[in-house]
Amino acid sequence: MSELLALFHGFSIALEPTNLALMVAGIVLGVLIGVLPGLGGANGVAILLPLTFTLEPVSAIILLSCIYWGALFGGAITSILFNIPGEPWSVATTFDGYPMAQNGRAAEALTAAFTSSFIGAFVAILVITFVSPLVAGFALRFGPAEFFAVMFLAFASFIGLSSGSPFKTMASMMVGFLLAGVGLDTVTGELRGTFGSTELMRGFNFLVVVIGLFGISEILQSVEEGLTFRGREGRIDLKAVLRTWAEMIRHKAIIVRSALIGCWMGITPAGATPASFMSYGVARRLSRHGHEFGKGRIEGVIAPETAAHAAGTSALLPMLTLGIPGSPTAAVLLGGLIMWGLQPGPMLFVEQKDFVWGLIASMYLGNVVGLLIVLVAVPWFAAILRVPFPIIAAIIFVVCAIGAYTVNNAAFDIVLMLIFGVLGYVMKKLDYPLAPLVLALVLGDRTEQSFRQALLLSEGSFTIFFSNALVASIMLFGFVMLFWPVLSKLWARKEPSPA
Amino acid sequence: MPQFAGGGRGIGQTTVEVVLALLFMTVGGLAVSEGLRLGNGWGFDGPEAGYFPFWVGILLIVASGATLVQAIRRHDSGRLFVSWPRLLLVSRVLGPAIVYSAGIFVVGIYAASAALVLWFMRGIGGFPLRQAVPVAAALVTVTFLVFEIWFLVPLPKGPVEHALGF
Amino acid sequence: MRVSCRRVLMGCAAVLSACCLAATAQAWEPSKPVQFYVPAGTGGGADQMARTIQAIVAKHNLMKQPIVVQNKGGGAGAEAFLEVKEKKGDAHLLLITLSSLFTTPLATGVPFRWSDITPVKMLALDEFVLWVNTESPWKSVAELVAAGKTQKLRMGGTGSRQEDHIITVAIGKATGAQFTYVPYKGGGEVAVQLVGGHIDTSVNNPIEAVSHWKAGKVRPLCVFDSKPMPYPEKITDTMSWADIPTCKSQGLDVEYLMLRGIFMPAGVTQEQVRYYIDLLDKVRATPEWKELMAQGAFNQTALEGAEFRAWLEREEERHRQLMAEAGFLAK
Repeated sequence: MSELLALFHGFSIALEPTNLALMVAGIVLGVLIGVLPGLGGANGVAILLPLTFTLEPVSAIILLSCIYWGALFGGAITSILFNIPGEPWSVATTFDGYPMAQNGRAAEALTAAFTSSFIGAFVAILVITFVSPLVAGFALRFGPAEFFAVMFLAFASFIGLSSGSPFKTMASMMVGFLLAGVGLDTVTGELRGTFGSTELMRGFNFLVVVIGLFGISEILQSVEEGLTFRGREGRIDLKAVLRTWAEMIRHKAIIVRSALIGCWMGITPAGATPASFMSYGVARRLSRHGHEFGKGRIEGVIAPETAAHAAGTSALLPMLTLGIPGSPTAAVLLGGLIMWGLQPGPMLFVEQKDFVWGLIASMYLGNVVGLLIVLVAVPWFAAILRVPFPIIAAIIFVVCAIGAYTVNNAAFDIVLMLIFGVLGYVMKKLDYPLAPLVLALVLGDRTEQSFRQALLLSEGSFTIFFSNALVASIMLFGFVMLFWPVLSKLWARKEPSPA
Repeated sequence: MPQFAGGGRGIGQTTVEVVLALLFMTVGGLAVSEGLRLGNGWGFDGPEAGYFPFWVGILLIVASGATLVQAIRRHDSGRLFVSWPRLLLVSRVLGPAIVYSAGIFVVGIYAASAALVLWFMRGIGGFPLRQAVPVAAALVTVTFLVFEIWFLVPLPKGPVEHALGF
Repeated sequence: MRVSCRRVLMGCAAVLSACCLAATAQAWEPSKPVQFYVPAGTGGGADQMARTIQAIVAKHNLMKQPIVVQNKGGGAGAEAFLEVKEKKGDAHLLLITLSSLFTTPLATGVPFRWSDITPVKMLALDEFVLWVNTESPWKSVAELVAAGKTQKLRMGGTGSRQEDHIITVAIGKATGAQFTYVPYKGGGEVAVQLVGGHIDTSVNNPIEAVSHWKAGKVRPLCVFDSKPMPYPEKITDTMSWADIPTCKSQGLDVEYLMLRGIFMPAGVTQEQVRYYIDLLDKVRATPEWKELMAQGAFNQTALEGAEFRAWLEREEERHRQLMAEAGFLAK
């Protein structure tokens, strides 16, 4: 009950006119930031952090967290319309979101994405509000072995989904692993794969590679097919929102499952990226229409978006209670807390009640306000596809170049982006699946690192991956997912079909 | 599939398959050599720094080798990767993009972006200059305001901006 | 006539403003936004400090031009160091440093030394504290060391061949205790791993572990400084930072402090360096800065000029020795 009282007190803080105005401003700004890949999430918040010093801490965190919401919503827009994911966790959204837009269903895809992220985030906030004392300690049980098990599960639920040549899938994934490994090796402190080049020292950033592989290559392909974007003739009106909601109700099981996966991943805190891939993979494995995923199924948008935002939101819990950020944005917010003189950690909930509950209340309100704003804007977003191709293509090039540059403030990354654009174009035309490459690129480094950390701890013994109930069950679940195609066939044989 | 359309002359599918597979095999080779340099063994408490690059490199070579063999065996020489007319279309966009990324190093991102928009609208889209120039100017101005002024994110600048004191 | 009057007035104004310009030209000041490089990713200690400085400068209007923080963390900071080295004479570029100023070139063999750039000012030194989990049986350094002689202790730290790793090796050398060093990406993560019992001990900076200490999850054993930290306010019911004994007094003769200092590219004028020293002095006088210092229990030694150079010279040699002994030098 004390939580409810505290929450209402929090609402009274968040509903002060200044804070409410900041909330709306934050959401709008956040959507803009989310749309420009170079300013996405962490960057945008980091840039604005110093500007908030003139505000009260609670107002400042409301502004920043609303920017964060806005950026989460905004990230889906470019993924769906242009196949350009601005954040690692939007990658899985492109798999079905972009084909939907190409089939003239951009408005539906956007609505599904926004609504799912709202639901995912909302479930996560409920978790933070009511069961935080129960789950806050959960992250403590996660050592390197558990992290490796989670990464293994993410890979296992995803591998084997792509059709086509297994050799090409393997090659694609291996390229991803190699790219992920370039730069400084955390475990030994040595430089790997840089061949003496300063430019390669910073490694291959996800954003640079993906903007090229997905976004630029898509423009090249559109050009080849006649200087237009497909999907511009789709019906665009607010009725699309209602239509999509009706359709989403049928997929409530996927929504619930994805939200749970997301909360779990956020609290551990493995993060939103494995959550989105895992959720997409599981949805596809368990769906009767699995083979149609990747061609524009709405479930393929719902699953990753729900999970990513449930994870992104619940990642704030370990940040507040343990001081470990579950996402880069959370890391910057963490820095902000310290600068305001608020020490995140187990005592924050006790010592800074106003702040914590003001933040939580603003999460509820910010999320609702955010959904309303972006839904109203759906027709406008979808109408972007009607801008003549030469203009939009040029603007995409410029925005992508800025995005690639701002990741590391390196002009060399713009060249890299273009190289990956050509590579992506060639690979797509030769039927190399790109998803395994991106998955390996995004998760490869952390997977290798936690594997090696775990073995350091166990002095080389593999038993550490089965040393307690938690890690063993995640590993087991991973194996089930890995051998799912085989298992489901065995299952089918036991129950012969009536025919 | 549209591969067959457009005249029937162009770059063959097999050629590109082979080139890409060879490229990947080279990358794999580099990874193997780097793995060997760093040590590809399995220490008493886990793999060394070069262990994963080494084996990932080997797998990449094997997978690409298999793709290479398949591509040569299949030998459907009639199939086109891209026809010349289509390649020309692509190069009309890719060429300026390459010039653009090189231009950023010389004249900064603002001037290069304006030029790119002008080229795309005038050269590819056939828009008259009186439409293209305002769009280019607007894009550059908005970008400048958003990044340099509001968010204080410095983007690459060239002699023009330096002359203006930025 | 009116027109000419106006002309005359305008002429006067022009002369006046030219005079003003000449006057300000004597004291140099930045004419465009100042870039502030952080040789590490967002969210870490150096990043926080840089962003605090940026915020303080903006809030108190200490400079006409804004400061723009940029993270260049590639290759454990090597990217930032090499870039500052290249930009000779650029007076609109600052660099905040940490121990990687010494460790990164030594460990990776990147062609860089601190003397390739201009030292401006040491802002503070970051302390290191030896922590164990509250539920562990070790109440003192001696007990921990004794345990390390019969079993291998799992020590967590940030990065490899960097400060935490060097301290670990130094403890091993000084006492004969055995450690398995497990590198993590960030200090906050290490503290949580210690609370979760995945590692036995850590040498976290105060700010990384303070909230777990407050919550009674971790226990400080000693601080790697020559004297106790000067912050007497109670953090837990019974202890303050000042109550943590020095490691030397506990029979563990290891001292280590991490540099938080500001540098500029080579080839800048004395005047320009002077400007930034004055600016940083103003920053250090603000209440926000003092609060940050108290929160992180920093050692507030601040050096400049020849003293700072001498300190850097000494520390570089010490790092070379420590890392050579540990076998961390690039081959």
